[in-house]
Amino acid sequence: MTNIALPDQRGASGHGLLATLRHARYILGENAVTAFAFALFLLIVLAALIGPYVVPYDPLASDTAAALKPPSLAHWCGTDQLGRDVFSRVIVATRLDFVIAIASVALVFLMGGLAGVAAGFFGGWTDRVVGRIADTIMAFPLFVLAMGIVAALGNAVQNIVLATAIVNFPLYARVARAESNVLRDAGFVHAARLCGNSEMRILLAQVLPNIMPIMVVQISLTMGYAILNAAGLSFIGLGVRPPTAEWGIMVAEGAAFMVSGEWWIAFFPGAALMIAVFCFNLLGDGLRDIADPRRRT
Amino acid sequence: MLSMIVKRVAAAVPSLIGVVIVTFLLTRALPGDPAAYFAGPAATAEAIEQVRVKLGLDKPLYVQFMRYVGDLARGDLGNSLTTGQPVGQEIRSRLPASAELTLLGLLVAVVIAVPLGILAATRPNSVLDHCCRAISTAGVSLPVFFTGLVLTYVFYYLLGWAPAPLGRLDVFFSPPPQVTGFYLIDSALAGDGEVFLAALKALILPALTLGIFSLAPIARMTRASMLAALASDFVRTARASGLTPFTVVVTYAFRNAMLPVITTLGMVFSFLLGANVLVEKVFAWPGIGSFAVEALIASDFAPLQGFVLTMAVMYVALNLAIDILYGVIDPRIRIES
Repeated sequence: MTNIALPDQRGASGHGLLATLRHARYILGENAVTAFAFALFLLIVLAALIGPYVVPYDPLASDTAAALKPPSLAHWCGTDQLGRDVFSRVIVATRLDFVIAIASVALVFLMGGLAGVAAGFFGGWTDRVVGRIADTIMAFPLFVLAMGIVAALGNAVQNIVLATAIVNFPLYARVARAESNVLRDAGFVHAARLCGNSEMRILLAQVLPNIMPIMVVQISLTMGYAILNAAGLSFIGLGVRPPTAEWGIMVAEGAAFMVSGEWWIAFFPGAALMIAVFCFNLLGDGLRDIADPRRRT
Repeated sequence: MLSMIVKRVAAAVPSLIGVVIVTFLLTRALPGDPAAYFAGPAATAEAIEQVRVKLGLDKPLYVQFMRYVGDLARGDLGNSLTTGQPVGQEIRSRLPASAELTLLGLLVAVVIAVPLGILAATRPNSVLDHCCRAISTAGVSLPVFFTGLVLTYVFYYLLGWAPAPLGRLDVFFSPPPQVTGFYLIDSALAGDGEVFLAALKALILPALTLGIFSLAPIARMTRASMLAALASDFVRTARASGLTPFTVVVTYAFRNAMLPVITTLGMVFSFLLGANVLVEKVFAWPGIGSFAVEALIASDFAPLQGFVLTMAVMYVALNLAIDILYGVIDPRIRIES
């Protein structure tokens, strides 16, 4: 960020925060795409929060008389084979998909972040063990490993969360390791050590807070992948079960109707999924520009 | 050169060991008693006990592991619970279908992405550059099963250009005599033009789906490394020496820019092999991906374990091939080793 050396430590951090905000506003103003992605993100959060209370139809209520109707004024996105309103189901599904993605990203943030920081800070055998685990996970095609994990642990939503977290582990561990490896020899770490802080305390109180910005960017960059991964798993019949409204499973249910012309059943949940992932990817790029302008491409 | 290859192969061994340990542990993580699981839901207590002894589940964990490794060494991946057939045989017979699809998908991605990346890098901030950027961001955002379904709707239902998404060949054709297992190559060898065309038609949409999904990282990396190469001193010297723009871009810049692109291929293969499962489901493709999905639905674990292992071994082998290719292209690496 804007590195203006100020003598007063407190003044510098206050200035840093202000500068970051100003930089963020500059990026949003300069980069219409990031501003657009941010607006889209707010819309998705809103749908996840209040979606179930505002949708026009019950997402699970079937109405066989109105089955397989194309989009109309009454049913904006048409109805599926059981007469359920596709629009309501797509909106209601936002919460579940969002929660799965957030839970798995939060989990891997904890696991990968802590393991990586410890590996970079302590080095030695901690580093070797974490590195070996990350390498072993990376030896698998990630989606295939996720399939295997969910199949072995049992077909449930929490296992989708766990599997998505595990396949993302190497990414987080490596970023955290690289960052903390640099900080290990920073002046303020030596100073903290000379003041008599224990190694664990230095790790948690000095090193960890300082790698947070990079880790937050990592979160937004992998959020899109987490949603795609979870939706892909439920598309092949893992985790979420019908009749629950979830984007991946809705696309799977509508797939058979695509070849007979009823495109709307699979199209709208698929489009919602695509927009959500697109939004997170754009936002991730934008956030990276704010946190680390050098990596801008 | 040979010593480099030997070194690379040796470096892949720990990955392989890790893969085998993980696939072994996955079975032990199965909820409940694995013996009861493999005996089936209707088994009596004695039957479960028999299965336990037969599978060696009454032995300590390390003995079980040695046994698993021994079975693997003989190419035995266990039997499917639902069909009773050996998993290894089924995977071997289905592998060519998946390999043909994946390789063609990669070919589509490379053929589109590399020229796009080069053109975008030679004309920064042009319309083409922005297109390249939009495509590479949109490409990674597309759920691969969704792309496949939309392509099917447009090209099969609306336009009628593509055959129904029901496997490798239309029912009116019989598969060509098996040589490689790749229908395109086998039908060409047999000189059967009709079957070749039919196989190609069935392949186009799934390969395009995989290609669209995986071209984004390749295009992005080609653009970035071409930009770096074009800004370097040797390109300026080549330009100053009066070489044609084509020679400068292709012979000088691209040859150097290729290295990071090849490194990216490792990641692309990870995506491709995973996406392959979803695409096979959408197009009812009779490959190992749909074999695994069928096993998943029937809660049949042995085929899934075999599938995960096969995929991981192939992925390690592909990464090894990329590593070696890297050494072939970049002489500096050969000298270092």
